[in-house]
Amino acid sequence: MIRNLATELSTRDAVAATTLVLLLVAAPFVVGDYLLSVILIILYFAYVGQAWNLMMGIAGQLSLGHALYVGLGAYTAAALFVHFDVPPAIGLFAAMAVAALAGAVIGFLAFRFGISGVYFALLTIAFAEFTRILFSHFDWVGATSGFFLPVENRTSSDLVNLRGTSVMFYYVILTLAAGALVFVRLLAGTRLGYYWRAIREDQIAAQALGINVFRYKMLAVVISAAMTAVGGVFLAFYYNNLFPTDVFGIHRSIEIIVAPIIGGLGTYFGPVVGAFLIGILGEGLTNATEAAGIQTAGIKQLVYGVILLLIIKLVPGGLWPLIARRLGFSIKERRK
Amino acid sequence: MSAPILVIDDVSKSFRGLRAVAAVSFDVRAGSITALIGPNGAGKTTLFNVIAGVFAPDRGRIVFAGADVTGRRPDLICHAGIGRTFQIVRPFPGLSVEENVTIGALRTGTAVSAARRRAGDILDLLGLSAKARELAGTLTLPERKRLEVARALATEPKILLLDEVMAGLRPGETDEMVAVFRKLNAETGITIFLIEHVMRAVMALSQDVVVLNHGRLISRGTPADVVRDPAVLECYLGEDEEA
Ligand SMILES: Nc1ncnc2c1ncn2[C@@H]1O[C@H](COP(=O)(O)OP(=O)(O)OP(=O)(O)O)[C@@H](O)[C@H]1O
Ligand SMILES: [Mg+2]
Repeated sequence: MIRNLATELSTRDAVAATTLVLLLVAAPFVVGDYLLSVILIILYFAYVGQAWNLMMGIAGQLSLGHALYVGLGAYTAAALFVHFDVPPAIGLFAAMAVAALAGAVIGFLAFRFGISGVYFALLTIAFAEFTRILFSHFDWVGATSGFFLPVENRTSSDLVNLRGTSVMFYYVILTLAAGALVFVRLLAGTRLGYYWRAIREDQIAAQALGINVFRYKMLAVVISAAMTAVGGVFLAFYYNNLFPTDVFGIHRSIEIIVAPIIGGLGTYFGPVVGAFLIGILGEGLTNATEAAGIQTAGIKQLVYGVILLLIIKLVPGGLWPLIARRLGFSIKERRK
Repeated sequence: MSAPILVIDDVSKSFRGLRAVAAVSFDVRAGSITALIGPNGAGKTTLFNVIAGVFAPDRGRIVFAGADVTGRRPDLICHAGIGRTFQIVRPFPGLSVEENVTIGALRTGTAVSAARRRAGDILDLLGLSAKARELAGTLTLPERKRLEVARALATEPKILLLDEVMAGLRPGETDEMVAVFRKLNAETGITIFLIEHVMRAVMALSQDVVVLNHGRLISRGTPADVVRDPAVLECYLGEDEEA
């Protein structure tokens, strides 16, 4: 399978991909703290965007509540760490399991009772909102006053406990983002990937070809949820504080889907490219509005909204296929 | 006479009071090429959908290869060995023609690489090789009909249900398609059960013909018998000219 991936990439693609990876690996030695933290967040969005892309871009199931899985992952690993001294390297698995279970419940309810498309999306929002309210009353993890991880020992790096410098966090998220890209790309070429794309394109035709649509849609939700939860664990240990509204809020779910949509749904580099575009734009906007002395929070959401609208209207396939064609890269991806 | 592979036993299906299929019974012989004909709205596609598990019948049973498969889910029907095409074609538009057929070929549980090879062979057989890398959404309607056949065939069914796959083809193309089905039937022994308005194809292909009108079975027999049946002539007056 690794060989397949290699042979499908032209040398030109390989050179570009290698250059990008090298640049990102070298970044901590070249750029300052501020820029590094910006790239770190971009990579975080590339990661969770890829997880969402697996479910929406490949399997065609629209989730507008992915903050649910980020939040469950974050709270699970953080609570295990704070209350039971379980290191995140282990808590991670519990986090993935909890998110996968939540995904399975949502998927089961929706797919058993034939809820799909927009109604499925609404169900995912409802679950995220419901969980937000639940956590707002969950005293064990601080309810609305927030849940805090002890901030300590930031000079040496401890991967097992995810305590360390921002450079360590940077390499962790870089590995996750790159790993997610390769994982989703490889998965798409397997039986599972073919089935998911068939379901995305036409569920009834897929079923007529012997595909158990329920089972594979469930798998898409569960795998995507578990992947997303890993992003949540990262977030919890990077920021060291969690607030229900901030973690589970609908704005968080929207943030997750902006990058893959702008980059190109169902493409593998789309979420990465989209995350960089949005990240750079968002940062620029923050600086510009701050310099102008304007309140920024609402403006950012507004600009995201306008950009999403423009992309969906003008380049529904996303920007990456466009850029790739310009630069002469081969795209073995959804070309609709 | 060989044994039946598919038994339709007293099957009825209504849509809000409209009896689309009404107490229909007949069987399809294993290894035969059987045609299902009838005027527009006769209930042919509805009967296919009942067989393929899209609708459960209101009454009656579907017995396939000795097993009662009435009301089974469409994917399980496919696994049982019934492949079907859609009259209103349903390609996977955003995937390549080859990927479309590969998905069908994965039904048997083979590895992706083997499924791709098999898809290649089937595309050859149906004359779609030149389009293998095109997106299915870019095909012409006759090509999409052939893709429907290719995809269903790739699942390695024992019986192939074809719903008007020759509609809209030119006479020469119809003859090619007829030759493909003959060859498949002769070489693999696959049973072919086809809905067809093109009488040229029906006469050339089928050994048995079943005629539906207003949901009811009104005639069955050899093509020569059926076209002489007064009941058939009556319901078909002015009908097959358009086809
Ligand atoms: N899903 C459905 N809901 C309601 N009515 C339906 C449905 N499917 C078919 N019908 C009706 O059932 C009757 C039989 O339709 P069917 O499609 O089976 O006919 P057909 O013999 O395949 O016709 P054609 O030759 O035009 O394809 C028609 O009156 C049709 O309008
Ligand atoms: Mg029909």
